[in-house]
Amino acid sequence: MNVVLIFSVLVLIAIALWQITKIFELSQVKKVNTQVADDNDNDWNGKLMFAFLIFIYGITIFSFWAYGDLLLPEAASEHGADYDNLMWISFALIFFVQTITQAMLHYFSYKYRGEKEKKAFYYTDNDKLEFIWTIIPVITLAGLILYGLYTWTDIMTVEENEDALVVELYAQQFNWKARYAGDDGVLGDANVRFLQDFEGKNLVGIDATDPNGFDDVVVQELHLPIGREVIFKMRSQDVLHSAFMPHFRAQMNCVPGMITEFAFTPSKTTEEMRQNTDIVAKVKKINKIRVEKSKELVASGDIALDPYEFDFLLLCNKICGVSHYNMQMKIIVESSDEFEKWMLEQRTFAEVIQ
Amino acid sequence: MSTVAAEVHEEDHGHHHKETFMTKYVFSQDHKMISKQYLITGLFMGIIGIAMSLLFRLQLAWPEQPFGIFEVMLGKWAPDGVMDPNVYLALVTIHGTIMVFFVLTAGLSGTFSNLLIPLQIGARDMASGLLNMISFWLFFLSSVIMVISLFVEAGPAAAGWTIYPPLSALPQAQPGSGLGMTLWLSSMAIFIVSSLLGSLNYIVTVINLRTKGMTMTRLPLTIWAFFVTAIIGVVSFPVLLSASLLLIMDRSFGTSFFLSDIFIQGEVLHYQGGSPVLYEHLFWFLGHPEVYIVLLPALGITSEIIATNARKPIFGYRAMVASILAIAFLSTIVWGHHMFISGMNPFLGSVFTFTTLLIAIPSAVKAFNYITTLWKGNLQLNPAMLFSIGLVSTFITGGLTGIILGDSTLDINVHDTYFVVAHFHLVMGISALYGLFAGVYHWFPKMFRRMMNKNLGYIHFWVTAVCAYGVFFPMHFIGMAGLPRRYYTNTAFPYFDDLTDINVLITIFALIAGVGQLVFLYNFIHSMFYGKEAEQNPWRSNTLEWTAPVEHMHGNWPGEIPHVHRWAYDYSKPGHDEDFVQQHIPLKEGEEELHH
Repeated sequence: MNVVLIFSVLVLIAIALWQITKIFELSQVKKVNTQVADDNDNDWNGKLMFAFLIFIYGITIFSFWAYGDLLLPEAASEHGADYDNLMWISFALIFFVQTITQAMLHYFSYKYRGEKEKKAFYYTDNDKLEFIWTIIPVITLAGLILYGLYTWTDIMTVEENEDALVVELYAQQFNWKARYAGDDGVLGDANVRFLQDFEGKNLVGIDATDPNGFDDVVVQELHLPIGREVIFKMRSQDVLHSAFMPHFRAQMNCVPGMITEFAFTPSKTTEEMRQNTDIVAKVKKINKIRVEKSKELVASGDIALDPYEFDFLLLCNKICGVSHYNMQMKIIVESSDEFEKWMLEQRTFAEVIQ
Repeated sequence: MSTVAAEVHEEDHGHHHKETFMTKYVFSQDHKMISKQYLITGLFMGIIGIAMSLLFRLQLAWPEQPFGIFEVMLGKWAPDGVMDPNVYLALVTIHGTIMVFFVLTAGLSGTFSNLLIPLQIGARDMASGLLNMISFWLFFLSSVIMVISLFVEAGPAAAGWTIYPPLSALPQAQPGSGLGMTLWLSSMAIFIVSSLLGSLNYIVTVINLRTKGMTMTRLPLTIWAFFVTAIIGVVSFPVLLSASLLLIMDRSFGTSFFLSDIFIQGEVLHYQGGSPVLYEHLFWFLGHPEVYIVLLPALGITSEIIATNARKPIFGYRAMVASILAIAFLSTIVWGHHMFISGMNPFLGSVFTFTTLLIAIPSAVKAFNYITTLWKGNLQLNPAMLFSIGLVSTFITGGLTGIILGDSTLDINVHDTYFVVAHFHLVMGISALYGLFAGVYHWFPKMFRRMMNKNLGYIHFWVTAVCAYGVFFPMHFIGMAGLPRRYYTNTAFPYFDDLTDINVLITIFALIAGVGQLVFLYNFIHSMFYGKEAEQNPWRSNTLEWTAPVEHMHGNWPGEIPHVHRWAYDYSKPGHDEDFVQQHIPLKEGEEELHH
């Protein structure tokens, strides 16, 4: 029903527009209408150009006012602050250039709107001017590139070390699994050929002939200790997936046939995040929306939605098939004591296949 | 050399062929007719592409709600009027494919390269009319196959317009990877052949068939843009052809170019040793230049229209040509910025960040030169001019966010989110579409001998301009919030519940924009038959196409082809009574030609 209403309104608008132009044309019947812009057209379109500049500024301000709280969720990894810095610097630059160039473009379109008697200024070249606006972007970009590459190398250099926690992220249509290396700190060899061993209990295809694999732990919920570097080894068993963890400023594709890597150090626990003022405000807003929606659902005989509580997200960010939109895993960041305790409760590969 | 070629050509067309309906309207070898065929086929595909986007926008704003229109348009794929997730993926895939290749490559470049190259350089026709005709009909065939693929049992291709394997290679992975994908690949292979034949023809024509006096440095910027675009096409399209062929081999003949170690639907597949990352390299080797194949012709058209309507020479002609060349060169060495997080070596990422951000320099030069061209002009705000100014506006807005996406570090968190969708729609989608509209309004009198209605044109522009920002500006925020693209709905994550409002707003703007395009369609069809008859040079423009008679004829000019004595941008030149001096008018005594 909604759609019929919307479409009829849109059609009516269209008809109205058409009628308006008809009237407009009929009222101009005395003039010769060549369908080429005359001074009158130049005048009102030039003024609209100026209005459009205000519209662009307006929609920018409106978007920041209404949706500004959505920009970059609170960072919870150690490199997050560097990332955010670079982002805000780029943003400030973009803002500055956008404001000025749009102003010039639209103001000139308004200011120099054509008139019959006027003649344009014959102006073909100015080497100095062109040099200036070539060299300024060159210098600015050189700075941005250097800063960017420095940060990039910093984030992407993954070095194996004793202290780091090695975790395998395993992607399949349409869920995630994680594998911890266990006491020996080494992930056992694995391949999709072993997935059917042990009546399907070998969830990520660990090679049962590799002794390193016996103490590996496979789970469906990712737990990470705070303040310790985590090195992710990523695999996929079927199609491309992408492990996207927005709060940690982390993303890497999972590619069948190869192992990809990404590393970061969590800097906030789930509990800490839940107490963060921005997150509290966001959760409140979301729950308000969910309560309203639940009222509708209950009225139509459905069950109400659960209230929302913040958790870190792992999403799939590479199109992978029908349930791509719902391929997720919960991430819990906790103290190392809590982490160790949780780890003890998990069953190792050797225990699972017995 | 160009004169000799032109004279030889002249003889070909000197005598009149007997024309039948078939040779005149269907299997025509005349570039003007072929350009109209491209335009109308492109517009038809455009209607399909835009309609699809409206359908999935409805789903995104009101997820999993039943809509009557879904039942009508999607039939069994919308049980009880609720869109199926597979169909959602198919819609975004085909929307992307159609808009990028069929509308903005063939519809834009095909139409205006064909129309303008011979007319603006002073040639009787393309170098090879036959190849030109074959090029169009191959494009038509590929369009037909693409449309047919929408009706196969399991649905059309649904792996995204980039069709990354293994998703696109394995029918087990999703229904769209069966017959639908086979048809998609066949269609694209034919499309690429069509595009190559067209591009080779454009290059040969521009090099050999320029009229006397039309040196490369007097070429209008439109021709420079089409010429360079054709070169990029010849360099990069064959690589996509090889990617498609290898993918067809993997799909149908059991090879393992892109596939390795796969377990799907309870079965270990035999593929060993291939890599999907290889496919990504091959795809983006075309895929990124493709952005400029789409955009450069639009910028060329804009240069011409802005100069004509500002009644002022384009500012910095040499810099404009240099920046076209620089963009073309850089466009072939930046493809890796689509793959920062694909698993390729991070050092490669650094290299691609460097080359990518360099593109901002020639782009900035172009934007500043457009703005300076407007400065102290006498702007004739025809609909074509409005769309050209609009193009510069969206090119800036969309281009600037490229600084974020081209930076490998920042790409980590916005890669494949709606931020990317907002960026490329503004910088290449909307900009190139504006270029297409500007071109149609400006050269409609040349194509159809009639004028389009300007007031409907104004409505079309202002509705579109407001909606383009209304749709894509807020979209940046959804992306920065972390919502991935190609999600059937965001309701699976309560974390994204607060995005619903923006999605509704975007969809409303999109629907209004859709209605705005109907105004254009009505104006286009109506004016074709009932529009005011055009004068020979309605916009008082300098370029050669306006010296040809209004009535179309084989060979374009009745007598000798005009000779060229000056560049295309002598608008408001001091010492002339009129505010334009056409290219074929000789220099006055003592008048200096600007040396470029």
